[in-house]
Amino acid sequence: MDYGHSERPSGAAALPTAIKILVAGGFGVGKTTMVGAVSETRPLRTEEVLTESGVGIDDLSGVETKQTTTVAMDFGRITISDDLVLYLFGTPGQDRFWFVWDELALGAIGAVVLADTRRLADCFPSIDYFEGRGTPFLVAVNCFEGARQYRLDEVQAALNLDPEVPVLLCDARNRESAKEVLITLVEHAMKVRDARRRAE
Amino acid sequence: MTVQGESAEHQWVDDHAGPVVRPYAVTGGRARPVTGTFDLISLVTATRKDVSPEIGIGPEHLAIVGLCQRMQSVAEIAAHLDLPVGTVRVLLGDLVARNLVQIREPQSTLGIPDHSIFEAVINGLRAL
Ligand SMILES: Nc1nc2c(ncn2[C@@H]2O[C@H](COP(=O)(O)OP(=O)(O)OP(=O)(O)O)[C@@H](O)[C@H]2O)c(=O)[nH]1
Ligand SMILES: [Mg+2]
Repeated sequence: MDYGHSERPSGAAALPTAIKILVAGGFGVGKTTMVGAVSETRPLRTEEVLTESGVGIDDLSGVETKQTTTVAMDFGRITISDDLVLYLFGTPGQDRFWFVWDELALGAIGAVVLADTRRLADCFPSIDYFEGRGTPFLVAVNCFEGARQYRLDEVQAALNLDPEVPVLLCDARNRESAKEVLITLVEHAMKVRDARRRAE
Repeated sequence: MTVQGESAEHQWVDDHAGPVVRPYAVTGGRARPVTGTFDLISLVTATRKDVSPEIGIGPEHLAIVGLCQRMQSVAEIAAHLDLPVGTVRVLLGDLVARNLVQIREPQSTLGIPDHSIFEAVINGLRAL
């Protein structure tokens, strides 16, 4: 077993620290709603200014003429203890802004991909992204009224998911439901991490 | 808000400047911090109760020191001050260079050999 990539000698983490979980999925699927349902304050909003090509501004020359665009991210805070804070970030639109996604995904414990069974394909880009990056994720089917209920194994098959990836139903507006989704994700992320360590 | 200390090279920041341009006035036209990278969830704590105005320290710097009397993430500072994250990073670089704030970078959970953080998060969520 190799602990060589640990930047710290050994033992417990140096606290205080912050960790993050992402909430992704298609347009209007309930990302901000879920962040708000479990966070201790209503969702906050922060912005990044990007050039039209979707990269961050790192050079100011000509910024007054360059086309810029603003990407908004919603996020919330859950204070676990005096020295441990969990942040939940709703990801911005899926088909652009990969620069911001990369920044958000860096160091994230894992991601919730919200799905709406009336437009399941909307979450494909999120799933592809997290699979490609190796970020642990699960799929939470947000149960909108009027949506036909599918069995979870049908959803799993339709999304062509690895059988290890948890799929569960949720109501993004409900705090208990959102909590359950997050707990399932952290447990899954822990398993993924252990499996990777064993494989090393 | 008025823009102070404008020098000739960023005169293009005028009263008609849009919301995208204004943040550059706050940083004096700088896009990069003098030091540090500042992850969105890096935690910032002020090292002092208050700071007397001095050259190179503007109202936004003072506002950050005020906010960070309680530990805040970079993202929270940006949200509360209503400034883009990039702008806040530049301001934080100035504050770090003067030892006015302390930064706690996020841990990579990969580097932590045990389950302590995961378990703390799970227990914390259950207790909500
Ligand atoms: N019935 C029902 N409505 C929901 C649920 N979750 C979210 N909504 C509603 O769906 C709408 C969109 O929810 P948001 O949370 O804004 O979705 P989002 O994914 O953040 O949307 P964008 O950021 O615009 O992509 C809102 O009007 C919510 O109130 C749910 O579980 N059931
Ligand atoms: Mg939203």
